[in-house]
Amino acid sequence: MSFKNKLHEIKEQLKGKKVAPAFNALHTFLYTPNETTHSGGHVRVADDLKRTMNTVITALIPVLIFGMFNAGYQHYSAVDAANGTPRTLDILGNFLTFDNFWMGALTVLPLVVVSYGVGLAVEFVFAVIKGHEVEEGYLVTGMLVPLIVPVDTPLWMLAVAVVFGVVIGKEVFGGTGMNILNPALTIRAFLFFAYPTWMSGDKVWVHEAVERAGTVDAISGETILGYLAQGRGSEYSYSISEMFFGFIPGSVGETSTFLILLGGLFLVFTKIASWRIMLSAILGALTMGLIFNGVVDAGWITESSKFYGLMSFAFWQHLIVGGLAFGIVYMATDPVTGSQTNKGKWYYGFFIGFISVLIRVFNPAYPEGVFLAILLMNVFAPTIDHYVVQGNIKKRLKRAKNGVLKTLNVETV
Amino acid sequence: MGILSKKDAALILDPLADNNPITIQVLGICSALAITAELEASIVMAVSVLFVMGMGNVVISLMRNIIPSKIRIIVQLVVVATLVIVVDQVLKAFAYELSKTLSVFVGLIITNCIIMGRFEAFALANGPKRSFLDGIGNAAGYGFILVVIGFFRELLGSGTLLGIKVLGDPIEKTGLYAFGYENNGFMLLSPMALIVVGIIIWVQRSRNPALIEEN
Repeated sequence: MSFKNKLHEIKEQLKGKKVAPAFNALHTFLYTPNETTHSGGHVRVADDLKRTMNTVITALIPVLIFGMFNAGYQHYSAVDAANGTPRTLDILGNFLTFDNFWMGALTVLPLVVVSYGVGLAVEFVFAVIKGHEVEEGYLVTGMLVPLIVPVDTPLWMLAVAVVFGVVIGKEVFGGTGMNILNPALTIRAFLFFAYPTWMSGDKVWVHEAVERAGTVDAISGETILGYLAQGRGSEYSYSISEMFFGFIPGSVGETSTFLILLGGLFLVFTKIASWRIMLSAILGALTMGLIFNGVVDAGWITESSKFYGLMSFAFWQHLIVGGLAFGIVYMATDPVTGSQTNKGKWYYGFFIGFISVLIRVFNPAYPEGVFLAILLMNVFAPTIDHYVVQGNIKKRLKRAKNGVLKTLNVETV
Repeated sequence: MGILSKKDAALILDPLADNNPITIQVLGICSALAITAELEASIVMAVSVLFVMGMGNVVISLMRNIIPSKIRIIVQLVVVATLVIVVDQVLKAFAYELSKTLSVFVGLIITNCIIMGRFEAFALANGPKRSFLDGIGNAAGYGFILVVIGFFRELLGSGTLLGIKVLGDPIEKTGLYAFGYENNGFMLLSPMALIVVGIIIWVQRSRNPALIEEN
């Protein structure tokens, strides 16, 4: 008897017992269940929740691997810079090296392991308490979380945040598919408000920078937005292509706009994510960026203003620095927390881009706002949908009424 | 409770759990969010409300037959305002630092929905003894939740309890801090207080499903 059949048999034996949900989760993770429906007509489709999740994870893997290389690269180049020999980027020579990858893997993989381990443990516990099947909802969240935190985030903090995010962000609302807020962003927001010193500044983006602070070996790596927020926009030396391809400091997976773009195209092509949300979010960000650039061009703001640095930043460059691209492609398009109606998606996405850049410029403590903007719009998504649906109902009622009148007229004539 | 009949004891015990003003009636949330970042402030607030509610309920109950019903709200406000001013002055005289922490929220006891609610719902229709017990019970139910929230927020947010560094010193890195532990800044912000209230409500209702409202 094959292992697969054995599992099917064990499942029958466990039916109704406490451990059944936990076992079933493992079982369906490994094999397709052997149950089929016997009655009624059913539409057969190949994609279920798990396949949807796995598609998103596939789209995230290049970003993750690039993030590992970049984590190592940023570390070694910061060390070189501190020693007085700044590096110039050479992709094959000093970026795609085993040293970089090894260093990155050693720092990033623990984040992935903790994120999945703790998150799935919480899911298992809730499945057993509630007596339902374990939901696959955490598969994508678990991959997103390590990608949107700084590389040196202490593991216990991540664990606490994951418990908070999964329980308060998702389980209290009823689990996967019922949540109002994106769980990965809830985790990010929790970390940001609870432990701000580990989430911002010029020390957290480079591995070991925090430990070395204050010693002779001190290294640092400020993000581009960080430079701009402090009015030191002329001090960074990253070229546009370095920003676009992602050889810059930042959260683990957010830096490479190029790979995120590829992932986004993959998700649009496989019809997992909504292109409407992505496109409208980009338009929203560009609009807000243009408004700020206009304010600077009109001379309404002086160079001494603390907002000058970020306001004068070329509007389209907002898309290739920070977490905007990552947020738009992987977070805003979450089908559970985003708008459901096609028209609503345009509004929802537009405001995400618009508010992201707005918060980015005006947030005094931290020059980034994508996660806050998406969480805010998550809250408003049902309202947007409500008005879209109501508007549609009104339109059709009007049409029906006019139609009736027309037929009446025809009859009277 | 030998002194109290079963019915009277219920007046005190019910608001502590199954009819709690904060977690069941969801009243008095403002102050529960605003002043619970420190345990000490929570306790002082709880005691202040205990005093105002106990006394206020008795006064209103004694006057219940002579208050014209058209102006009863004004009379209630006068009574509660008088008592709150007494509390405020006592705090300023004997605990000045604390009264600064509590700032406007002592004055805002006047607008605490629980107090006016009990005046209206109970003291106007019951004798002074039962009104007193009802006031004490509701204030204790309110204060109990306040202290629980204050306990967790101060412990996790500042690593202290009543100002004592129970988790070690964050600057000299002793105790838990030696292992890399850090205070949770989110706990000091009001949204987290609301989440703590939510968790208490969640725990209470899952322990006693009878409390869950029908949709």
